[in-house]
Amino acid sequence: MSVEAPERLEIQEHFPTDAEYDKLLGKKNRKGLIAKMFFMAALATAVLALAALLYTIVNESFGLVAQVNQNEPEDIVASFGYDPSTTALADLSYDELVESLGGGISTNVGRRLEREQRFYADKLVFESDELWAEICSSDEPPAGCDSSPRDHAGVLQLVNERIVQPDIIAAANLVPSLLDPQAFEEDVEVTFANTPERFPDYTFDQVQFQWRAWLNPTFLVTPQSTAPETTGIRTAILGTLWLVIITITFAVPVGVGAAIYLEEFARPSRFNDFVQTNINNLAGVPSIIYGMLGLAIFVRALEALTSGAIFGIEQANGRTVLSAGLTMGLLTLPVVIISSQEALRAVPNSLRQAGLGVGATKWQTVRSQVLPVAIPGILTGVILALARAIGETAPLILVGAASFITADPTGPFSKFTALPIQIFQWTALPQFEWQHLAAAASLTLLILLLILNAGAVILRNRYSRRPQ
Amino acid sequence: MTNETTKDLVDVSSHEGPVETPSAQPPALPDDKTAVATEPAVERDGVIQTQNMDIYYGSFKAVHDVNLNFQFNEISALIGPSGCGKSTVLRSLNRMNDLIPTARTEGVVTYHGENIYAPGVDPVAVRRRIGMVFQKPNPFPKSIYQNIIWGAKINGFKGSKAEADDLVENALQQAAIWDEVKDKLQESGLSLSGGQQQRLCIARAIATQPDVVLMDEPCSALDPIATLRIEELMLELKQNYSIIIVTHNMQQAARVSDKTAFFNIELSNEGQRTGELVEFTPTDQLFTAPKEKATEDYITGRFG
Ligand SMILES: Nc1ncnc2c1ncn2[C@@H]1O[C@H](COP(=O)(O)OP(=O)(O)O)[C@@H](O)[C@H]1O
Ligand SMILES: [Mg+2]
Repeated sequence: MSVEAPERLEIQEHFPTDAEYDKLLGKKNRKGLIAKMFFMAALATAVLALAALLYTIVNESFGLVAQVNQNEPEDIVASFGYDPSTTALADLSYDELVESLGGGISTNVGRRLEREQRFYADKLVFESDELWAEICSSDEPPAGCDSSPRDHAGVLQLVNERIVQPDIIAAANLVPSLLDPQAFEEDVEVTFANTPERFPDYTFDQVQFQWRAWLNPTFLVTPQSTAPETTGIRTAILGTLWLVIITITFAVPVGVGAAIYLEEFARPSRFNDFVQTNINNLAGVPSIIYGMLGLAIFVRALEALTSGAIFGIEQANGRTVLSAGLTMGLLTLPVVIISSQEALRAVPNSLRQAGLGVGATKWQTVRSQVLPVAIPGILTGVILALARAIGETAPLILVGAASFITADPTGPFSKFTALPIQIFQWTALPQFEWQHLAAAASLTLLILLLILNAGAVILRNRYSRRPQ
Repeated sequence: MTNETTKDLVDVSSHEGPVETPSAQPPALPDDKTAVATEPAVERDGVIQTQNMDIYYGSFKAVHDVNLNFQFNEISALIGPSGCGKSTVLRSLNRMNDLIPTARTEGVVTYHGENIYAPGVDPVAVRRRIGMVFQKPNPFPKSIYQNIIWGAKINGFKGSKAEADDLVENALQQAAIWDEVKDKLQESGLSLSGGQQQRLCIARAIATQPDVVLMDEPCSALDPIATLRIEELMLELKQNYSIIIVTHNMQQAARVSDKTAFFNIELSNEGQRTGELVEFTPTDQLFTAPKEKATEDYITGRFG
């Protein structure tokens, strides 16, 4: 003990004097300030990037358009004796819509439409009864022979497409439309004056300038169409929802189960280390590889299952929403496992000891004490998985999401398309309208993601605040 | 002490006679797997006995050759310097050590004469009869009511709602916390103070009808007043339970325990610090006239 005191004094000499320390302090603080500035700059960059992304999407989703209608909706409404200022085309009854459609298209086109899908269950509009009976008893009866009749939205779309025939000849983005709407109109006028050959069918007088929200309620509930003016993303939204449901149904129980085994039951062993390492690595595997896997396993090898053949469903192949959902499930599985493991690891060991200490088995302890505490953390992983399942495109292309499909997916064995696929395909088209539509679909995708995440976050908060 | 009443125990439940739980009596509980008829006792067989117990963590021998005989309805204290293996020994008495993957216990630990380390003995059944209270209060993040009833339920308690209520009240009464919580049974156990939480944990431990309660430094996270209450509680509980307590507080051992085991650290030739039992004697004797020099050094503060 007596030797300790002088030693201490010696150590004192290695520390700075008061004057030196002041300098040191200044230097330390400057370094801290530089670090802080860097972090702020990093945050600013991230915020700017996000803002730019949102700006681009919103900017393209709304704005002025120059539109030419072959027939004005007001005229159609008026022809039925309604006041166009109070009644919109969509307010017309089903019968009236069918009637106006019949008045504007050739019988041949009408027959074709009727063969695709009939207008009434009990009567025919364009076909004659004898011919209908004949074609329906032929070897290859058209789809209209046994499908249910069209609905109001479907006929409204037909009237828009075939009778109103809106043609958007130019469109402006949101910001220019707001700042200088006149410039857009002048632009179009100049184009008409200088290069009339670009719009051989129209005169400038026919052009209507109006605001258009490319993302609008009709857009959301209308099936896909080849005409940009009347297309919608209903099919893609439903496809994405089905995809998410199947993905979560597969990935959450399997992922949480695997995490529980690894964290709570597995004893440390070389094999378990190996499994753990592989799970961590799988989280980083590019999604296209999962697409290849899904194609090989779900679409090809398990075709009987994924096409629904073993359930007696007739389907050409395994390129169904089930295949895609399972592929996405595989893709999100590592994320779910890893975040669930982290959530379980964060549960204090004292809780496990408490459970086992009163004579509970491991499973009883995990189920009643550990899992409830871990659920908020597990849901965080589910949110991440959800976001990936909604946004991934590459695997969907590989497992064969349909590019053009107008029928709603009705179950796991349906053909489908999804929002990212739709966006991808529209951006590849040359006409300017599709770019705006792709932006509107992107906005929809973001909003859908927000809604689903908000749901998961609410669930998570409910669990973490629940009076236990 | 009150050994006469419990000498030739055949069934643990008969030992629970004094417990004032008319409704929560063993008939509602499943058959007791751990209790077997004791061999005709030559000497006073305790409720828990260890014979030549060695405990290892991997290749590290934490304690060496421990022979202890814990009597019925007594409070036994384990004391000794930090790291001498008190907790290790305590955890081996209800197989909580099984939770540590590297831990290994050799030798024999009997409970009512049956070796709890014998093949075929399920540690889950052992822990139901030998309850545990931990150093840091660790109530379940659930209601006070749930904290008590859960242990009974997972052990097969089949009583009605009213009987469950009785069981909860009885456990909380015994743990001397009933008056403080009877109006807020549905509130979270975590809303209580540290001392109340620890008494809740004691109530939780006795709700599964054990006859031994192990306590690992149960007061070390508590203030002196809460400590005093727990100590009073232990003296109460002694009538119905055998208590084995680890404490680093010699005064506490002197205040509450009937017998005290003193452990010390032995340095082996390879430099391993292995714990050894120095002596296990009645507490008043250990503190006034220790048999061993090491004990005397420790209790007089000349240790180390
Ligand atoms: N989980 C464990 N793994 C490895 N060694 C342990 C573990 N727990 C305790 N030990 C070791 O066993 C010895 C006894 O520890 P412990 O029983 O906690 O002592 P005490 O409770 O008397 O302070 C110590 O050397 C400690 O390092
Ligand atoms: Mg200890």
